[in-house]
Amino acid sequence: MSEPSAETTPQSILRLEGVRKHFGANEVLRGFDLEVAEHDVICLIGASGSGKSTLLRCINLLETVDDGAIWFDGRDICDPRVDADEVRREIGLVFQAYNLFPHLSALDNVTLAPRKLLGRSRADAEAEAHELLGRFGLADKARSHPDSLSGGQQQRVALVRALAMRPRLLMLDEITSALDPELVGEVLDAIKELKAEGMAILMATHEMAFARDVADRVAFLADGRVLEEGPPSAVLDAPAHDRTVTFLRRVGSGYSGPGPHIG
Amino acid sequence: MSDSAVSSGWSPSETQLARLAWRHRRARRRTWVALASTVAVLGLTAVVVVSSPGWTRVRETFFDWSEAKASAPEILDGFRTTIQMFLLAEVCILAVALLVAFIRVVPAAGLAPLKLVAIVYTDVARGTPTLLVIYLIGFGLPALQLQGIPTSPFVLGVIALTFAYGGYVAEVMRAGIESVHPSQWASGRSLGLSYTQTLRMVVLPQALRRVLPPLINDFASLQKDTALVAAIGVFEAFRAAQVESASTFNYTPFVVAAIGFIALTIPVARFTDWLALRAVRREQGATA
Repeated sequence: MSEPSAETTPQSILRLEGVRKHFGANEVLRGFDLEVAEHDVICLIGASGSGKSTLLRCINLLETVDDGAIWFDGRDICDPRVDADEVRREIGLVFQAYNLFPHLSALDNVTLAPRKLLGRSRADAEAEAHELLGRFGLADKARSHPDSLSGGQQQRVALVRALAMRPRLLMLDEITSALDPELVGEVLDAIKELKAEGMAILMATHEMAFARDVADRVAFLADGRVLEEGPPSAVLDAPAHDRTVTFLRRVGSGYSGPGPHIG
Repeated sequence: MSDSAVSSGWSPSETQLARLAWRHRRARRRTWVALASTVAVLGLTAVVVVSSPGWTRVRETFFDWSEAKASAPEILDGFRTTIQMFLLAEVCILAVALLVAFIRVVPAAGLAPLKLVAIVYTDVARGTPTLLVIYLIGFGLPALQLQGIPTSPFVLGVIALTFAYGGYVAEVMRAGIESVHPSQWASGRSLGLSYTQTLRMVVLPQALRRVLPPLINDFASLQKDTALVAAIGVFEAFRAAQVESASTFNYTPFVVAAIGFIALTIPVARFTDWLALRAVRREQGATA
């Protein structure tokens, strides 16, 4: 990082090469290539079933890939000799349905992994958790159980839980899709703050306005591949592919440029 | 509801008052119907039993007050052993059941032979009559004359009850573990927790909470099945009743023992009700 060239060519932390994954007869990923650099925010867009979630689960090693390589931190984490638990500590994943631990308070949800995996003392982990919860507007919710929190609050706790492990890469799987429209804003604001701090983020999303605003790059997924990739101004405002145009019109992204007519 | 409404200066409309009055009348009518039908059924049953030709004989054989008084001290003494046995057995059963459930749930290839043992054990334990298990372990085990095998009927009884109930409880635990949504596993693993850590700290606490009512149901059943170890000569409550009964040819001591067994399961039943109620309250959003 201290080298001057780091400014112009930011270091890559994640690189996917030809990743394939199928479930039964359904080929979800068909040779998937993608690169995430330090401090990058990359938004994955695409129709339901285009492989966004599968991709994130493969990177988190929750699914085993059929072929290809996932380079993280200079090594191929698809190698079965790699300690998956160790990799997962460095890659945070936040789910659409929050998946908080219902039997634990917000505070315990956040401190469980740091205490068990990073060897932090309870006092130490809790101090940091309180600080993080406070930053995301949850200072008074530390003792609450997930069931007594709103969806937006639960999702912010889930975000804090992932951040408490101090991941090098944060992956967000459509984390606002299950929220009421009025609660989406509070979660997206939290992500903006993380971007400002330089967190590398790979997120699947349907929030086109947010992607335009925050993403460094947008990747449009179709047929298990990246069909089109580039800065939001290119992919969202001047898409090169008809498929992208069709998708953007369907999701009502506000795109009104040229492209195939949909009747 | 109504309290907060009153505090905001609202008073119910005529229509609402009429609804409330009607609901009140309906509730009172239903209470009367329930009360009357209960009294009628119980009364009729009592009349039929008491007026039956053999009632005097039955009353003398099963419900003799002086017999009850005479046998009560011995039987109460026997309950001390009964309680010790089922408490000890419950601890052993929990340990065995958790172990068997883990072996069946954990997807490690190396555990395959143990999985087979666990499956055979649950099948055999659940399918064999408890009395036979008690005979086999109580008489068969010491008859092997192996070094280190316990000979105390008390210990053998606990082993037999543990064997007989471990299968049931293991299946309850397994169902509980499998009822926890896979997303909880994904959530734990994605943080970097190992399989065992996720099982122990994320899945098991949720599973145990869910299976508590069926678990306690099995333990209530175990409490009364403890009476079966009388067959291998453990002097517990039922055996005490047998001895008392044999000396007078009167069955009243068994009824005394039965009342004792019922009295022991009632607190357990109320505890289960309370747990179920608490679960409902939690789901309705009240913070516990």
